[in-house]
Amino acid sequence: MRNKLDSVALEARKEHWKKILIGSNEKRGLLLSIFMYVLLTSIAFIFLYPVLYMLSTSLMPREDLLDSAAKWIPSSIYLKNYYDAILTMDYWNTLFKNFIIAFFPMLAQVLICSMVGYGLARFEIPGKVFWMILVLLTFLLPPQVTMIPNYVLYSKLKLTGTLWAFILPALLGMGFKSALFILIFYNFHRQVPHSLVEACEIDGASPMGAYFKIAVPLSIPAIVVVILFSFVWYWNETTLTQMYLGYASSSDGLTTLLLELQKFEDSYESVYNPWEASPNKLNDAIRMAGTMLSIAPLLIMYLVLQKRFVESVDKTGITGE
Amino acid sequence: MATDKGVTIPKAKRFSRRRIREWTYGYLFILPWIVGVIIFFLYPAAESIRYSLSDVQLTNPMQVIFWGFKNYINVFVTDSDFPVAIVSFAIELVLKTPIIVAFALIISLMLNEKIKARALYRMLFFLPVIIATGPVMDELTSQGVASVPMVSQAAFMTAISGALPAFLADPISDLLSSLILVLWNSGVQILIFIAGLQKVPRAMYEAARIDGASGWESFWKITLPVIKPMILLNTIYTIVFLATGGQNEIITMIYDNMFYAIAGRGYGYAAAMAWVYTVIIGIALLIAFLLLREKSDRKVVYESRRIKIKGEWYSAK
Repeated sequence: MRNKLDSVALEARKEHWKKILIGSNEKRGLLLSIFMYVLLTSIAFIFLYPVLYMLSTSLMPREDLLDSAAKWIPSSIYLKNYYDAILTMDYWNTLFKNFIIAFFPMLAQVLICSMVGYGLARFEIPGKVFWMILVLLTFLLPPQVTMIPNYVLYSKLKLTGTLWAFILPALLGMGFKSALFILIFYNFHRQVPHSLVEACEIDGASPMGAYFKIAVPLSIPAIVVVILFSFVWYWNETTLTQMYLGYASSSDGLTTLLLELQKFEDSYESVYNPWEASPNKLNDAIRMAGTMLSIAPLLIMYLVLQKRFVESVDKTGITGE
Repeated sequence: MATDKGVTIPKAKRFSRRRIREWTYGYLFILPWIVGVIIFFLYPAAESIRYSLSDVQLTNPMQVIFWGFKNYINVFVTDSDFPVAIVSFAIELVLKTPIIVAFALIISLMLNEKIKARALYRMLFFLPVIIATGPVMDELTSQGVASVPMVSQAAFMTAISGALPAFLADPISDLLSSLILVLWNSGVQILIFIAGLQKVPRAMYEAARIDGASGWESFWKITLPVIKPMILLNTIYTIVFLATGGQNEIITMIYDNMFYAIAGRGYGYAAAMAWVYTVIIGIALLIAFLLLREKSDRKVVYESRRIKIKGEWYSAK
């Protein structure tokens, strides 16, 4: 009798442990949980491996690069790499110019895309389907097709090499990826109940007034998202920026950090003028310091505002229902 | 007074004052964009077609001499690099798109579970969107840190190049040697999947569980059908992104040919390249769409649900 009770108890205990480890339909088992955390963490590590490598290499003194023992952890923190990279890229000056190149077109883009998105979502206008298809088309047609005539146009208008080559298209709703932002605003404003705006208009506001008083404050989440992405994409765009700035990017001309990174080697040679086999020849550590420096501003911005970035897709309905 | 009038006028009337007002303001809002689309999109697109059919000479003023399809023929006949680049781009798309989308799906399925530090993981997986740009990726590739560490690659690659013909083995070993950077393109897709997954009602899973369905079955029967439209969306996004951004060889080629000082090259030739490239992307998008679109019977289910939701909306009003 007692024996039988024991075996039942044992069974129950076994069952209990099995539930904890393997899990049941109601709850995930411990083993699966551990497996998932391990998997996620290791994938995240692999994912970030290039960045970690970049950071650690950028801090290495010259000798460490050749020493396979110091593959990961620098023998000493060597900040002169950063000093060299700052000089090579004319960092603070470039940073300031890059900020201007990203900031002002972004402002224009947010302003116009918000208005256009609202206009398409709020008003029943004839030809709406046509305009929507055109928006989609500007999104799908690769910019390389219009890049050449645009370049000719900009040169004719004497826009190349100036900030206006970025601001003017943005002001006319044709900045980098403007179509995507118009669609984001369109989706957002469509979800806002019409009655709110109508109530404001009945109270005597013009549609313009209603837009600024009701629609803009309501769409702040979408505005934040578009500000962030527009800024990042203007900051990061390289091919088109290079083209519209032209080859004449002299020291007083506009430039971006990534453009400076692209010609890092040449700039380094001209700054330091190293002779063959000299100790201050360009090495990987300095290159990595330069790369690190060129992503640093966005990285800091991202770490501060990451919640906004990550929540963005949920809030703005990018997924398009 | 004016609003009173607006209410009394029957809605069927086509040109009511209210409607005209609505149209005027509507067009006022989108006017800047309409101007922009004409100046910076329709006009350049038309010009681009004209250039691609012409010999463009960069004299002052620029001369555009029509010469038919010569540029298009040259792109395929005299240029040895471009057709090769197009083919390798196509293979690249076929290899990379499924990998990126599948990776994004797996990660977002895991992130959709109840786990701790979910915000942190989301932040980490989204990070590359901010920093993955052409020059940065080029630097990282040149450092050889673009591949998954600790995988014994040499042996693996030898095996691949032994087993497969060169035109397949090369892209695959390229892919492996830059696998991390390829996966870096999946940030936005992960967020889109997560947003989609969160819309699946928890009650649905619970109901299935009570009926005795395992997690595996719920995935195939509930999760997958719901996120299928997201898979299409993400595939299109991935294709557009791979085609237009970052380290794309063909874009560099178009760009270089614009300023190439050899007779027969230049703007016209580059424009023809751009259009050929566009057609290839268009075909890729079309194939993706045909493979992943909703089957018509399923569409009916969705439509009916949407109407129902809409119906509730109106009745509430």
